[in-house]
Amino acid sequence: METLRILVVDDEPGMRLGMTRCIEGLTVEVPEVRQVVGFTVETAEDGQGALAALASFRPDLLLLDYKLPDLSGLEVLKHIHEHQLDVLTIMVTAYATLETAIVATRQGAFDFLAKPYNPGELRGVVQKAARHLVLGRQARRLEEEKRKVRFQFISVLAHELKSPLAAVEGYLYLLQDPTLLAGRPEAAQQVVERSLVRLEGMRKLITDLLDMTRLESGQKARNLMSMDLAAVVTDLVRNQEPVAAPRGIALAVEAPAPVAVTADAGEVEILVNNLVSNAIKYNRDGGTVTVQVRTGPAGEALLSVTDTGIGMAPEEQARLFGEFVRIKNARTANILGSGLGLSIVRKIVDLYHGRVEVRSTPDVGSTFTVTLPLPDEGRA
Amino acid sequence: MSHVSTHGASDAPSFEGRTALVVDDDPDLLLQLQVGLEAIGFRVVAAHGEAETESLLPDLLAGRRPDVAILDLMMEHDDSGFILAWRLKRTFPGLPVLLVTAVSHRTGMDFDAATRDERSWVRADAVLTKPVRFDQVRRELSRLLGPA
Repeated sequence: METLRILVVDDEPGMRLGMTRCIEGLTVEVPEVRQVVGFTVETAEDGQGALAALASFRPDLLLLDYKLPDLSGLEVLKHIHEHQLDVLTIMVTAYATLETAIVATRQGAFDFLAKPYNPGELRGVVQKAARHLVLGRQARRLEEEKRKVRFQFISVLAHELKSPLAAVEGYLYLLQDPTLLAGRPEAAQQVVERSLVRLEGMRKLITDLLDMTRLESGQKARNLMSMDLAAVVTDLVRNQEPVAAPRGIALAVEAPAPVAVTADAGEVEILVNNLVSNAIKYNRDGGTVTVQVRTGPAGEALLSVTDTGIGMAPEEQARLFGEFVRIKNARTANILGSGLGLSIVRKIVDLYHGRVEVRSTPDVGSTFTVTLPLPDEGRA
Repeated sequence: MSHVSTHGASDAPSFEGRTALVVDDDPDLLLQLQVGLEAIGFRVVAAHGEAETESLLPDLLAGRRPDVAILDLMMEHDDSGFILAWRLKRTFPGLPVLLVTAVSHRTGMDFDAATRDERSWVRADAVLTKPVRFDQVRRELSRLLGPA
């Protein structure tokens, strides 16, 4: 239970005691953040005492009598404003005119309590202020968390973009020196080829990044329509032939019957392309990629992509869907990837309330299976 | 494979007949060093990391002892380069070691091998910070090995 500090400022001892008794033991539920809040109370009998307690007790809430023997409530508010203190003020006044209300609000008061009040009214304003405070802090925490994640993402992204640049720069420095590669056309060829490969990897990273940003922003209007997943996947797989053929990798589609889904064509394309290009990339030369599309027992659409490649150990599989996660080992050292592909796959599958699972055996291969529930089950 | 540069022998000393052990887990940096070193006459033994280098040691001992080692710092471990430098210097006493590192950039950790004190701690004879241009490597090698 979180405890909020309340400072009660009133020159009448009876009022201070009454308020304290009324607030101590009070709890406020804030169901939005699943929190229960309690209170601890301190009191001050005049303006100077209030200023001292603001500094030492650092209250979250201030119950402030408008009329104090030395300072006015407005002067205390001014002090809070000038020192940018993080405290929510409830002005307590016997002269609750519209005019005082406006002036005090301008000075930063959160709420009013008019004298005379009953304990229920006091608890009411305190509860309202406490809820406001807890929700505001929660929002700030989330905002802070979001900023951190974003910063981390950008740091990793910057690193991932710098790495191909550094590689290409290094190759260009070699080519720049006329003495180095003169008479060594094979080495020069290798230098140019690797540069092109790294630049292509960088382009893929940028494309993936744009895909992901588009998915996350929700700004691109999704165009959900009925389609036959079997036919769509067959076409998309065929488009990858030029990538698979040079390495002697066979692409097979097993889609014996139409599979009706309601989906966005662009999202399906990104999903299938990511899975199939991974299956090619992490395959062995002369291997096979088998793509199956079928309808499951509950009418759900099942898409599985199986390769005969390097596979993964269980601990590698567990990390697979994170952003910029690339499985690093001797077998993947020469395979380039943005580290975003499977994270994008997961994001798309989430949009359809589906699942993506992986089964893999090192040196045998991996199968990625996407399950898309019927649109009337989950909301696509 | 080893090509002797016919251009300006004065500014491009040939290291013909020397062997360089090059270790980096970044395949592009490894290839760049290999291509560049071969161009200036080295025979290159390349390894992708700490473990692979360890497995090459018997061969290196049986065959030709390397004349210089160029090691990346952060590979399997953050200090792979240090560990390899220590091991190699013990196996091949007097072997000059050039450490190539992005460490000061990435972790804020900074060091060089300019003073004797630092050399004994780092166990490298020279340190280059990434990104490294090949002409810097060549300059360090000329300094460490002298013109052939």
